[in-house]
This record gives sequence, C-alpha cells and structure tokens, in this order.
Amino acid sequence: MRGYSFSTVLGRALRGHRRWPPAWRSAEPGRAYDVVVVGGGGHGLATAYYLAKNHGITNVAVLEKGWLGGGNTGRNTQVTRSNYFWPQSAAFFERSLELYEGLSQDLNFNVMLSQRGILTLAHSHHEMEALRRWTNAIRINGIDSDVLTPAEIGKLVPLLNLDARFPVHGGFIQRRGGISRHDAVAWGYARAASALGVTVVEQCEVTGFDVEQGRVTGVSTNRGSIAAERVCICVAGHTSVLAARAGLRVPITSMALQAMVSEPLKPCLDTVVLSPVIHVYVSQTDRGELVIGGGADGYGSYAQRGGVPLLEENLAALIELFPAFSRLRLMRQWAGIVDITPDTTPIMGPTPVGNLYVSGGWGTGGYKAIPAGGETMAYTIAHDAPHPLIADFGLDRFETGALIDEGAASGVSH
Amino acid sequence: MLTIPCPFCGERDEAEFRYGGEALEEIPPAEASDAEWSDYLFNRDNPKGLVHERWCHSYGCNQWFQVVRETVTHRIHAVYKVGELRPDIDHLDGAEAQAGG
Ligand SMILES: Cc1cc2nc3c(=O)[nH]c(=O)nc-3n(C[C@H](O)[C@H](O)[C@H](O)COP(=O)(O)OP(=O)(O)OC[C@H]3O[C@@H](n4cnc5c(N)ncnc54)[C@H](O)[C@@H]3O)c2cc1C
Ligand SMILES: [Zn+2]
Repeated sequence: MRGYSFSTVLGRALRGHRRWPPAWRSAEPGRAYDVVVVGGGGHGLATAYYLAKNHGITNVAVLEKGWLGGGNTGRNTQVTRSNYFWPQSAAFFERSLELYEGLSQDLNFNVMLSQRGILTLAHSHHEMEALRRWTNAIRINGIDSDVLTPAEIGKLVPLLNLDARFPVHGGFIQRRGGISRHDAVAWGYARAASALGVTVVEQCEVTGFDVEQGRVTGVSTNRGSIAAERVCICVAGHTSVLAARAGLRVPITSMALQAMVSEPLKPCLDTVVLSPVIHVYVSQTDRGELVIGGGADGYGSYAQRGGVPLLEENLAALIELFPAFSRLRLMRQWAGIVDITPDTTPIMGPTPVGNLYVSGGWGTGGYKAIPAGGETMAYTIAHDAPHPLIADFGLDRFETGALIDEGAASGVSH
Repeated sequence: MLTIPCPFCGERDEAEFRYGGEALEEIPPAEASDAEWSDYLFNRDNPKGLVHERWCHSYGCNQWFQVVRETVTHRIHAVYKVGELRPDIDHLDGAEAQAGG
C-alpha cells in the first residue's frame, strides 16, 4: 500500500487525480479463514484490523452484505466523547477516545477528528444537580469535564437562547469530545486492514452458521459456504436476526434512530450542544451543515427510515434552543437500525456457542466506541478470553444481574 | 407515522400511545433457574417480521392491549385485548417479512 502523504496527494493533483489505486482490495471470498467477521461496519473492520495488527492474525475475512460503512457507521452523527458515569464504561470509552486521538496517524487516513467540545445543558435546578453529580463521577474516573454557568455557556454558544421555555440553568462540557468523519473511519480501517492482508468482501450476506457439537465451524453465505475457526458477529441492528440463526436469543431490541442535516451555513456553532431533557443535539460539520439528532423512535423497527412524529419533536426542540435556525431548510433525513440493550451497555465477548463471538448492543452510541471495540474484540478472539476492559460487558451479566445501567449513554442518543 | 386501532377507541395516531415491548411469554415459576429468569426478563425474539407486542393508549382510554405488527413495513395485522386468544397469524409470517426486505 502506498501511504497517503502531502507529496502523494500533490503528485496526484498535478495529474488531475486520475488513476488513484483502490483503497482496499475488494476480493472474492475464499474457502476458509482463521476468523470470519460478519458485518463491514466500523466494529467489524476495526476488529479485523487489530486482529492483523496486534495479534498477527491476517487470515481474516470481513463479510459485508451491502457496502462498507453502509450501516450505522455511515449514518451516525459522529459524536465522540468519553464522559460516561460508571467506571467500566468510562475506562472503555476513554480508551476509545485516546485511540481516536491518534487514529489518523495510525491508519494513515484523515478521520478529521475535531475536538471542539461537547456541551450538555440543564434546564432546571434539579437537572443541574444531576449534571454536577455526573460531572463529579466523570472527574473521579479521571476524565476531563467542567461545569459551566449560563453566562459561560452564552459566551461559548452565542446563538443559544438562554431564556426560552426551557431556560438554561447551566451545563457541563467535555472539551476533548467532538466529532470526526464517519466514512473515513470505515474506509480508513478497511484500507489499513486490507494492507495487512485481511480480505474484505462486499455484497456477501451471511445467511447461517455451521455448528458442530456446539461449536461454529463456518458460515453459509449467498456466495457459498466459508469455513472458519472463529466467527464474530458485528451487525448492529441485525444482531438478533443473526444470533437466532445460531440458535441464540439475545437481550436486544432493534429500533430506528434518525438524524438530519440542514442546508450549509457559514460557521456559527463550534461545539456539539445537547439537551438530554428536551431531546436534541446538534453540531456543525466542516461543510457547514447542521447535523441534528435526538432519541430513537419509540418502538421495535427494522424499517430504515424514521417516523415523522419524532422528527417534529427533534426540530421543535432545536428551534427552542436556537430560534435563529427556524429559517433553515432541511436537506436530508435518514435512519439506521440500532441494537438497544436493557442497560444501554454493549454486549461483547463469547456466546454460548463455541467459537462464536458477538460485538453488538452498540445501540445509539457505538460510533465513538469503534477503535476500542475493535481493539478489545480482536484481543478477545485471539486469546479466547475477554479483554480486561470488556470483561463486564459479556452476555452473562444478564444472568448474574451485574448490569451496567449507563444512563449517561442513553440520556440522549449519540 | 403509525395509526393504531385501539380496540376500545378505534384508530388513533401513534403519538397517543406508549409502546410496551414484546408481549411476553408466561412468567417462569419461582423455582426457575437464573438462566430461565434471565431469558424471561431480558431476552427478546426481536424478529424482523411479525411480532406480538403491547401498547397502551396512554393519552386516550389508558388501556393496555396487544398488536400484531410487521417490523419492516409497520403494517398492523391484528389487535386484541388482554386475555383474548392470540389471533392465528402464522400463515402471514415469512412472505410479508420478505417483501419488506
Ligand atoms: C442516526 C444515528 C446517529 C448516531 N449517532 C451516534 C453518535 O453521534 N455517536 C456514536 O458514538 N454513535 C452514534 N450512533 C450509533 C453508531 O452509529 C453505531 O452504534 C455504530 O455505527 C455501530 O457500528 P457497527 O459496526 O456495529 O454497525 P454497522 O455500521 O451498522 O455495521 C453492521 C454491518 O453489518 C452488515 N450486516 C448485517 N447483516 C449482515 C449479514 N447477515 N451478513 C453480512 N453483513 C451483514 C450491515 O450491512 C452493516 O454494514 C448513531 C446511530 C444512528 C443510526
Ligand atoms: Zn383507547
């Protein structure tokens, strides 16, 4: 693989950007692999990359039924942060943010991480108390987080209406939080994994598993059977569907989470702003569009489109906070199918079926988790034992009762 | 936007209702194992296709009832009251789910 650098980009530019080589080999599936990863979203691709990079396991295939990043990885609102409440979540998401901070260098692909800060608002005295408690927990976990007064917030976000129907009583900020470019994360991992020898196959749908004496030995696909020593399911909203094909029931409900973008504007908002209570969050991309999201539609769904009632609710909340945005036009609205667990913590690790692993339950907030999710899953598959950072994220917690009820992850969906 | 036919009030907009998850199987006996309790409490079929689920008409008659809905097309095939027998919808399964992709 030729690395991307200033001189290669300049050289290609002078030649009119013709004949750029493909970023990854789009291959035919082979007959047998050490590891088959099902799902070419961020988690599947990152898992494959770290298997090759950290553990020297390169006989790996990523099987994607559509195109890379066409699932939630390419549909999400790109919020990256580590301000979680429980120590297990904080340690895991902080590791992920650390990896994001070096990701462009590591992958030799600009993921455009912009640590512009993420500001969470409180609209009443009581919410402010809760936010202070949350901030304290985050700081005790060793993660940056500061309480802000309404005056400080007004300075940071001049367009925000502080005295609206839901007045701003204060908030807190994680300054290292921010956004990055989701497509680049998928493509960067695919390219780097491919360069290390991983096979990436698009248009290849896994339709079932070969299970012998309680252990997986391969997968069936629309392009034939493929033998595998180990198989990892990384299919987000379709986790239940695939798990059922291996005879498993999992604690997941699939729901539609929607997002939308406005027409592009000149720079006017340079942090991510979110209100857990009136249920909206917004940031401005480098292209100038406002990216707007809120909660998931309130019922089980595999329809990759959002309902209008929630869209209206999100926009009403946005305009409440930023009256000036009422004149904007929406350019696009879409949804992804997210895999929600009862405690909003992911499900990672082995399954009751031998050699079958799962990385799912990422719900509405798994984009920020892609680097650490891939790193820890790769370790878990390579050692057939959970990585210490995800030891508490296993399926068995629903039996032992050791749930990690991460309200901070679910306060608002991102 | 869903339009849900409440068995007591008739068709109303989704906004008047609250979703109560999949209509659950029977409660396990007290002596059931942790695994059985965990399966009952947390695991879900979460099908891509037809599902029996509970809804409450919370901004109307405030009654709970059951709906048979397709989770890709969102088409509602049947509505029945708590305590009524499940309508026979087995013949619908599959084809509709396929059509929804
Ligand atoms: C609107 C929206 C906004 C969000 N905002 C944020 C945010 O701001 N911050 C954040 O951290 N998270 C956010 N999320 C959540 C985040 O996008 C997901 O948790 C994350 O992308 C999950 O990554 P993944 O790789 O597990 O899944 P995906 O990217 O969905 O990848 C799964 C892949 O599996 C493939 N697949 C499915 N079935 C099969 C099969 N049978 N065979 C082969 N392939 C299959 C799919 O085609 C898909 O490409 C948001 C999600 C949505 C929908
Ligand atoms: Zn009613």
